[in-house]
Amino acid sequence: MLTLDINGRSHQIDADPDMPLLWAIRDHANLTGTKFGCGKALCGACTVHVDGQAVRSCSLPAGDAQGRKIVTIEGLDGRVAEAVQASWRKLDVVQCGYCQSGQIMSAIALLSENRTPSEDDINNAMDGNICRCGTYVRIKAAIQDAARSLA
Amino acid sequence: MTIAPEEKTIAAAVTGMRPQHLTVAADAIRSYEATRRAFLKGGAALGGALVVAGIAGPNGEALAQAPGANLPANPGAFVRIAPDNTVTVIIKALDKGQGVTTGLTTIVADELDADWSQMRAVFAPADHRLYNNLLFGPVQGVGGSTTIAGSWLQMRKAGAAAKQMLIAAAAAEWGVPAAEIRVARGVVSHGGRQATFGQLSAKAATMPVVADPALKGPGDWTLIGKDGATPRVDSLAKTSGQATFSIDVRRPGMLTALVAHAPKFGGRVRSFDAAETRKVKGVVDVVEIPSGVAVVARDTWSAMKGREALKVTWDFAAAETRSSEAIMAEYKRQAASRGLSAGRRGDAAQGLSRAAKVIEAEFEFPYLAHGPMEPLNGVIERRADGGIEAWAGFQFQTVEQATVAAICGVAANQVQLNTLFAGGSFGRRATPTCDYVSEMAHILKATGYRAPIHLVWTREDDMQAGYYRPMVYHKVRAGVDAQGRIAGWEHRIVGKSILIGSPFEAMMVVNGVDATTVEGANDTRYDIANLNVEVHNGREGVPVLWWRSVGHTHTGQVTEVVMDELAQAAGKDPLAFRLDYLGKAPRDAAVLRLAAEKAGWGQPLPAGKGRGIAVHESFRTHVAMAAEVTVDGGKVKVDRIVAAVDCGIVVNPDIVRAQIEGAVGFALSSVLRNRLTLKDGEVQETNFDTFEPTRMSEMPKVEVHLIASTEPPTGIGEPGVPLVGPAISNAVFAATGKRPRSLPIDLNQLGGA
Repeated sequence: MLTLDINGRSHQIDADPDMPLLWAIRDHANLTGTKFGCGKALCGACTVHVDGQAVRSCSLPAGDAQGRKIVTIEGLDGRVAEAVQASWRKLDVVQCGYCQSGQIMSAIALLSENRTPSEDDINNAMDGNICRCGTYVRIKAAIQDAARSLA
Repeated sequence: MTIAPEEKTIAAAVTGMRPQHLTVAADAIRSYEATRRAFLKGGAALGGALVVAGIAGPNGEALAQAPGANLPANPGAFVRIAPDNTVTVIIKALDKGQGVTTGLTTIVADELDADWSQMRAVFAPADHRLYNNLLFGPVQGVGGSTTIAGSWLQMRKAGAAAKQMLIAAAAAEWGVPAAEIRVARGVVSHGGRQATFGQLSAKAATMPVVADPALKGPGDWTLIGKDGATPRVDSLAKTSGQATFSIDVRRPGMLTALVAHAPKFGGRVRSFDAAETRKVKGVVDVVEIPSGVAVVARDTWSAMKGREALKVTWDFAAAETRSSEAIMAEYKRQAASRGLSAGRRGDAAQGLSRAAKVIEAEFEFPYLAHGPMEPLNGVIERRADGGIEAWAGFQFQTVEQATVAAICGVAANQVQLNTLFAGGSFGRRATPTCDYVSEMAHILKATGYRAPIHLVWTREDDMQAGYYRPMVYHKVRAGVDAQGRIAGWEHRIVGKSILIGSPFEAMMVVNGVDATTVEGANDTRYDIANLNVEVHNGREGVPVLWWRSVGHTHTGQVTEVVMDELAQAAGKDPLAFRLDYLGKAPRDAAVLRLAAEKAGWGQPLPAGKGRGIAVHESFRTHVAMAAEVTVDGGKVKVDRIVAAVDCGIVVNPDIVRAQIEGAVGFALSSVLRNRLTLKDGEVQETNFDTFEPTRMSEMPKVEVHLIASTEPPTGIGEPGVPLVGPAISNAVFAATGKRPRSLPIDLNQLGGA
């Protein structure tokens, strides 16, 4: 039995510790905002925050996430998160939307550490998040817009 | 022309569809055909002029019957106005990101004079009597960038009819002439009196439906074409993790299934050993289905581990075992002989005989995976009443419904399909053989209908289990005369037909020529006097499918690179040379001029940089793109794309811009690196490392310029894609003097100019 702190709530999960955190979140905690895209930490659709860091939950064993604070898209709060989500909506970033939870989680992690990211900073922070619809122009613009609103 | 025996054989073999899928598809098509015939016999020929509008009463029940005895039972087909003042538009097409949920809602809201904030949208059930694609015939489904074009009048009439009912209700309630009543921003008013839609909804539902309501003129539109007026209806849900995709569906007692597929196309299960699989914690069952062996477990991870432990012996007797290289070599052999005639203007051979300069160009295009971010998946269960209910990003609902019905042995109307947001498709979910939907039904049946089944494909399944943009080979011989005019153009295309053997064959295959193989080449808008386009259908056992912009993904590249080469041969500017042949295609000429102007065509660029241009029509939308690239060593960096678009009346300008931006991002990786390769019949690429989509740091700046138009709207989901390759290829030539033809561009394979 695993004990995971997800969005400030303790979840008892009947699974082996080698099960990736992604499946604990999706199949056991039933929080489906975090997405499965590749299973190999190649696309970033499964990005969550573990102790404030952006982490690919498909490649982190759930056992290793015990005792750490896990935040998913459903558990976001705070100024940075609000700014990022507001900019995403203002610029109508989404198309199919499937990757956007992960994009938003990566963007929040970036802006939480760096309020004035350069274009290179944004590229570096976001290059692990694939958007097959190709919404990158707007993702970048939304991060820049959120950074301005947080200044 | 009659079909050559060879072509018949090819058609009969249906090349590459897995046989097990074919059987089911054939059943589904028979069932669909029967339904269609019955439907047509009933006289209910649904045309674009038909209005199906209704208004729901206080409990949501449909109260107003649309006119016409032949109408289907549910009159609230497209618009429902609730007492809480919300207006819900029923969306008949899959929204896989292209934004039709917002688009269709915009059209209804404008005619209704609703306030955008009161608008809601839900997906329609599968019901081809109500929700057929008016451009497809009696099939509910979407493809070919048809949703807005095909629904434009239908949705306007639905909105206008509903507004007439609200006006009639107000007129009756207030005892005033209907003609004096005004409707604006969701408020119905007369003098100082006013009411909301919600307040009038119950009474409006009792009013007669106007069969042919007057439609607003463009001057009266308040939402259509207005920037900023219609933010996406799915933005909030998709930025908060609340949007429901089928992968998010949870049903009581649901089990998750993964399927072990044959590693070679056409392979079948000979035997399997599930002993180790059954020992994996969480695994509940292992069942054989026609397309492989399904491992059924209590969660996804257990199913994955169970599948890893499974030992399957495959029968490859009927399997495709060649490499993609060998298949391409066969294409080249086929291209040496004359093919089926796909289009002829004048006499290309005679024209070429008097050419001063002749270009001989070969183009190779690889198989490509669609790679939607949401892997294929869906949930299915048997209801207590014996009916089947399923959830997925359904794209061809009529065929999918018939397929599930055939497998589960129920009538099509006992199959309820719940279409959800799809995490991308790019063509992949529009599979005539219903491959993954068939698997859902087969697993449910094989497990005795005892629990809801969630079939999940992994990324590896998505990439390796088939249905690709066809591999294609083009060979062109074209030349200019002494005056620099195009003397002749001979064009041979070899590729596997998408449509032969599919339900769409009758519609789009003529004399063995599949329109989706040659579109964009045999119907080029360039006024070329001597043109001859021939095609050979490929025969490999690899399943192929439409991939965002279909045939145009390769014909756009070939046509636009050859035009560039001819301009070079003629010693003319590529823009001016193209315009010389667009005299009869003013819309193409206009987008080309606009893109060139906005891109600063003719202005010098620093060394190592180049600018290229291309224009192409697809799905009746005209797009031109100019690309600016930097070439450093063997690496191409795309700096800027300037696009000009004429898609008729623009419903949502921001969505049109987004679709072009997205088309650039989607296509770019196929231009720069993506290819699927087969070795011994097995796909070598497995995931986003070896088939890597575009990433943010590679994304160019994209500028989109829209042509103001009064023509009816045309498609926008696909038409940006065909331009990305040729604009970049021509820019690379401008920068380096090396001429990229094949995609992906490989500078190391190119000779100097």
